[in-house]
Amino acid sequence: MLAKRIIPCLDVTHGRVVKGVNFVELKDAGDPVEIARRYNEAGADELTFLDITASSDERDLILHIIEAVAAEVFIPLTVGGGVRAVGDVQRLLNAGADKVSINTSAVVNPQLVKDASDRYGSQCIVVAIDAKRSGDHWEVFTHGGRRATGLDAVEWAKKMESLGAGELLLTSMDRDGTRSGFDLALTRAISDAVDIPIIASGGVGTLQHLVDGVKEGRADAVLAASIFHFGEYGIDEAKRYMRQHGIEVRL
Amino acid sequence: MKADIAVIDYGMGNLRSVSKAIEHVAPSASVVVTADPAVIAAAGRVVFPGQGAAPDCMREIDARGLRQAIVDAAHSKPFLGICMGMQVLFEHSEEGDTACLGILPGTVQRFPHEAMVDDRGAKLKVPHMGWNNVHQAMPHPLWTGIEEGERFYFVHSYFVQPAAPDIIAGFSHYPFPFTCAVASGSIFAVQFHPEKSQNAGLALLGNFVTWNPGEHAAACDVSGAACA
Repeated sequence: MLAKRIIPCLDVTHGRVVKGVNFVELKDAGDPVEIARRYNEAGADELTFLDITASSDERDLILHIIEAVAAEVFIPLTVGGGVRAVGDVQRLLNAGADKVSINTSAVVNPQLVKDASDRYGSQCIVVAIDAKRSGDHWEVFTHGGRRATGLDAVEWAKKMESLGAGELLLTSMDRDGTRSGFDLALTRAISDAVDIPIIASGGVGTLQHLVDGVKEGRADAVLAASIFHFGEYGIDEAKRYMRQHGIEVRL
Repeated sequence: MKADIAVIDYGMGNLRSVSKAIEHVAPSASVVVTADPAVIAAAGRVVFPGQGAAPDCMREIDARGLRQAIVDAAHSKPFLGICMGMQVLFEHSEEGDTACLGILPGTVQRFPHEAMVDDRGAKLKVPHMGWNNVHQAMPHPLWTGIEEGERFYFVHSYFVQPAAPDIIAGFSHYPFPFTCAVASGSIFAVQFHPEKSQNAGLALLGNFVTWNPGEHAAACDVSGAACA
């Protein structure tokens, strides 16, 4: 039976892993290659790197990190952040990424999702959606959660699927960094609206939150950073907890 | 230049993961990523990966003049097909109604929308993406040291349906059983990604780089075991 995936997320800037708290305050949590190796040994199902480097002149740092990680870590690697053109997708894939995550640029230029998935296959194109509750629906935000788009998140998810996204990485801007759990209603609304896998992100503070994301939110994978980076919980511990609660995992 | 192991590059997806994983299990071998039929013909072993859509794969294979080199390699030396490199070995793919290489009898079809619910009635997503159990349908040198039911990483929306059940080397469930590994002579082909399946995947690749298909056949003849 297909296992639900646990994906640690490494936010990277200036060649170091950090994790945003509501995308503003940052804490240093270490060396990306060392952390990737540790997560691989601990049984992570995939790894996601988000390059939050602001300036484009430091953009190549992530390529060297991915090259180093891909030479010794043999699980799927997703890289996102600053992907603006098909050429960016190609550079990341050539460096050793298996999937590339597109966020702001999907809103600015939806054709990029189609062009990239036509060229490299849907399996390697993840569209990241940052959503914030707005009345009775959720609105898509870009630029690290700073800019509202007016787009309805559920409709946007369906559009991204139709343009060739192979997977959606869904982050609740209301919950990110709060440790109060996923926005389960949002996760479920989008998971039910599309046929492609959904990665739930934003708000994990306890192992029960991971269980809720799968059972209540119907997520196919759960992504978390701080609860793993600072050693509060191990990947193995998280998986055992999920299995105890009836969720199929890879142990 | 004579490569120990040639990884066929026909422009379909990222081959770096595959070549890195093979270098990891065979550090002293020369591993060459190539689109040159002569290099493929001279190599000791051939890996045939691939991602993307079947029509594009077949078009790119022919655009590079690789069809005959692939057919010849599959019949003459240890040959490992991965993902799309497994699917196009068969006769026909439902994806884009595409005629494939026809090296193995059978077809490729999409996970049917109406069947994609689990035993609790929940919707199953397509592509089938993630770690699933692989059940071994026959003894084979490439399964050496790999536990029955071990998990491997998959990402695909289509699966093969061999016309001859005796080539089925492994299957998985999503939600119904589907073939995820086939073996025939010097060919072994898998739907999952050994290069992304951590220790189990590296074990399979390690078995491939030391596999001698002739020895396997001889051992089967002697023991009378049911070998393909």
